Amino acid sequence: MRKAIKRIYMGIVFLFLYAPIIVLIVFSFNKSKSRGQWGGFTFEWYIDLFKDRQIREALYFTILIAVISTVVSTIVGTIAALGISNMSKLGRTIVLNINNLPVLNPDIVTGVALMTLFISLRIELGFVTMLISHIVFSIPYVILAVLPKIRQMNKHTAEAALDLGATPAYAMRKVIIPEIMPGIISGALIAFTLSIDDFVISFFTAGTSATNLSILIYSMAKRGVKPTINALSTLMFVVVLTLMILINKKNGKGEDIII
Amino acid sequence: MSRPLIELRNLTKRYNNMTAVNGINLTIKENEFVTLLGPSGCGKTTTLRMIGGFEDPDEGEILFEGKLLNNVPAYKRNVNTVFQKYALFTHMNVYENVAFGLRVKKFSNSEIDRRVKKMLKMVDLEGFENRYVDSLSGGQQQRVAIARALVNEPKVLLLDEPLGALDLKLRKEMQIELLEMQRSLGITFIYVTHDQEEALTMSDTVVVMNKGVIQQVGTPEDIYNEPINRFVAGFIGESNIIEGVMLEDYKVSFDGIVFDCVDKGFAPNEPVDIVIRPEDIRIVVNPEEGMIKGRVTSVVFKGVHYEMIIESDTREYLVQRTKMFPEGSIVGMNVQPADIQVMKRGSTPCNVEEEEG
Amino acid sequence: MQRRGRGRIAYPYTVWMIIFIVVPLFLILFYSFTEGDIRNLKDLKFSLNSYKKVLEPIYLKVIGDSFLLAGISTLICLIIGYPVAMIIANADIRYRNLLLILFIVPIWMNFLLRTYAWMSLLSPNGLINRLLLWLGLPKLEIMPGQGAVLLGMVYNFLPFMILPIYTVLSKIDKNVIEAAHDLGGNNVITFWRIILPLSVPGIVSGITMVFLPAVSTFVISGLLGGGKAPLIGDLIEQQFLSSRDWHFGSSLSIILMVMILISMAVMSRIDKSEPEEERRKI
Repeated sequence: MRKAIKRIYMGIVFLFLYAPIIVLIVFSFNKSKSRGQWGGFTFEWYIDLFKDRQIREALYFTILIAVISTVVSTIVGTIAALGISNMSKLGRTIVLNINNLPVLNPDIVTGVALMTLFISLRIELGFVTMLISHIVFSIPYVILAVLPKIRQMNKHTAEAALDLGATPAYAMRKVIIPEIMPGIISGALIAFTLSIDDFVISFFTAGTSATNLSILIYSMAKRGVKPTINALSTLMFVVVLTLMILINKKNGKGEDIII
Repeated sequence: MSRPLIELRNLTKRYNNMTAVNGINLTIKENEFVTLLGPSGCGKTTTLRMIGGFEDPDEGEILFEGKLLNNVPAYKRNVNTVFQKYALFTHMNVYENVAFGLRVKKFSNSEIDRRVKKMLKMVDLEGFENRYVDSLSGGQQQRVAIARALVNEPKVLLLDEPLGALDLKLRKEMQIELLEMQRSLGITFIYVTHDQEEALTMSDTVVVMNKGVIQQVGTPEDIYNEPINRFVAGFIGESNIIEGVMLEDYKVSFDGIVFDCVDKGFAPNEPVDIVIRPEDIRIVVNPEEGMIKGRVTSVVFKGVHYEMIIESDTREYLVQRTKMFPEGSIVGMNVQPADIQVMKRGSTPCNVEEEEG
Repeated sequence: MQRRGRGRIAYPYTVWMIIFIVVPLFLILFYSFTEGDIRNLKDLKFSLNSYKKVLEPIYLKVIGDSFLLAGISTLICLIIGYPVAMIIANADIRYRNLLLILFIVPIWMNFLLRTYAWMSLLSPNGLINRLLLWLGLPKLEIMPGQGAVLLGMVYNFLPFMILPIYTVLSKIDKNVIEAAHDLGGNNVITFWRIILPLSVPGIVSGITMVFLPAVSTFVISGLLGGGKAPLIGDLIEQQFLSSRDWHFGSSLSIILMVMILISMAVMSRIDKSEPEEERRKI
């Protein structure tokens, strides 16, 4: 009896979480543009999707910015984390507290603040400002991912390497970096995900010349339904689901869920 | 003579394709200190958990004062458990931990106060009422666990290797304390351990288990002096286990020599296992005066005695004496008939009811 | 590895942080305390007018609504999410990972798309209303409006409540629960006195991860609320993009920041009162 209640409850919550997504997927194949009626099966919205220049452009920008900001923030963040771990307690506290501000602040405050900065400096909003903003909010997460790994590392590992004749640079390359690599990868993944998905901060810092997928969807949603959004959603869902399954298979136990 | 308090009948528990407890039968009396002893995986903890109500048996019955306990949930059983890692409630202080069971039963605040304070005194933790778990040492946490269980005045206390995490000295002190507690409270303790020394020190009755089956039940002296099979002999204390032949009652032969012994009841010329404890082998300087001749190949000083290995023509003997015989010396060895323990060959399991203590 | 010298490699990032994190926030702070045309810095003079504007009833209502909606949605997420976390934590270990993934995957979907999906469902001609019509029930007119925003918040943030609670629950030593049973506690008592108190750090984490984004959102209220349910986020967006009253927008932002910092301090105080290990941020 109790088992049945549990199952029903979980089923309802599950339905609640997935129903909208499923509806989107189903309607992506709907001939009729209506939100409520089924008009027959079609692939035309998917074809439209590939033909739509706006969407292609937004996708291009989204991925480009994600890749660049991930690379930059991972490198800078890792170096910064290495530096921070060697600072005095006071220095570390100050730096980390400032570093955590973009993490703790609501997106809208960060976005608005950056926009204010750029405009006050008379910098035109566009691709560059959006890119900089992504890097700004990504680096803290990289640092937060790498720092614990540095702390966990045995202090004497590096000393052992030096003792055995390695130069500091060699020790860094061959000993330290490999050992903190899981944190670096973690940080990179988080940075990438945050960038791909970002809306609020991009919205304020992209101006009129640049765009990304999220901004595009927002304007499309505000203006009215284009069924191509449904097709886009379905594709994104499939991609994400596949990625998650792949990552989980690779991890085996997969308790490392990154938010 | 005390009445049976707990009876296990044909108790079986399986996990996946492995049988953890295989049809065991056991009777436990009131006011008894019983130890389930055996190596990891022998089923002792599983048996304990079934008595406590944390695992359901697949077959068999558990009877408590004659009544079937099988479907009674853990919170309704009149037994309490001291867990291996104490399982204290970290969000409560010591007082509340100990008071938990009493609060559940809705005792009055004054009664709870009286009992908790009395129990804390008994485990030597007076004044610790307001401390929290993370500020306590391992030994102190363990006493809280004991107090928390005993304050409910159960008829049976189950203890799952409670001393495992303590250092040697503390462990030995706690062994004595637990024994004294059991004696003064007059309740039954069912104790699980893999440490045979601990079992011999504390118990009225030792139940030796291996691979889900009871090997032998008896007093510590019985188990030590008269192990019934090779497994028990090998698990308890050090021993020399030798294959031989029982020629006839009171006469056994091994390594080509015939010995008088005190066992009977075997078939003529039946193959047997023989156990001789290292401290029971006497050494004589003149090899000719010994029943077995041999050469000392190793001498190790162990504090309480010297441990020597003496090689005869056919085997090595482990010998413990307070007198030392140097390496290389040729000596003779003698054994008294009473010190030769004859067992049936092989590790035959035995599901024997409790013997008179 | 010499310790002190190495710290220097973090200095470039420190400079970066000052430029792109500290300075922008100071600018906002600065604008909140001034008035005048922002294009001419020299014309700015000190003023508390932007903060006074916040006190106008119409704006106070917006702030109040934000906290109310965020609070209610957090509560709903807690009530719905806690049992889910418990069921997953107690599930057979073979299914646990699968269950967890199933309930977490929605987070990975683009946040806008998930909100947009509800737009579709809730609209006057959307699927839900068609279903209700077919069943002969009255139309659901919550969209656009506060009800839809509430639904959108719960939908978006529910997994963020489930995950931390699950994490804490799964770490509770099974022996501790058995000990509670052993001492006479049935399932109800064991839950109230042992499991629930021990899961508080997870609850606090979950509340933080739901309430803070909920109170500062403008997407959910923008898309699902129409103009009928403006929240602080919408207001700030308006000030900076349409109305161009940056001073007012800045004061709103500062107030939002301060309120969030206070909420977080309160949350970590609740957590510290339990003698537990430090909880990790995020």
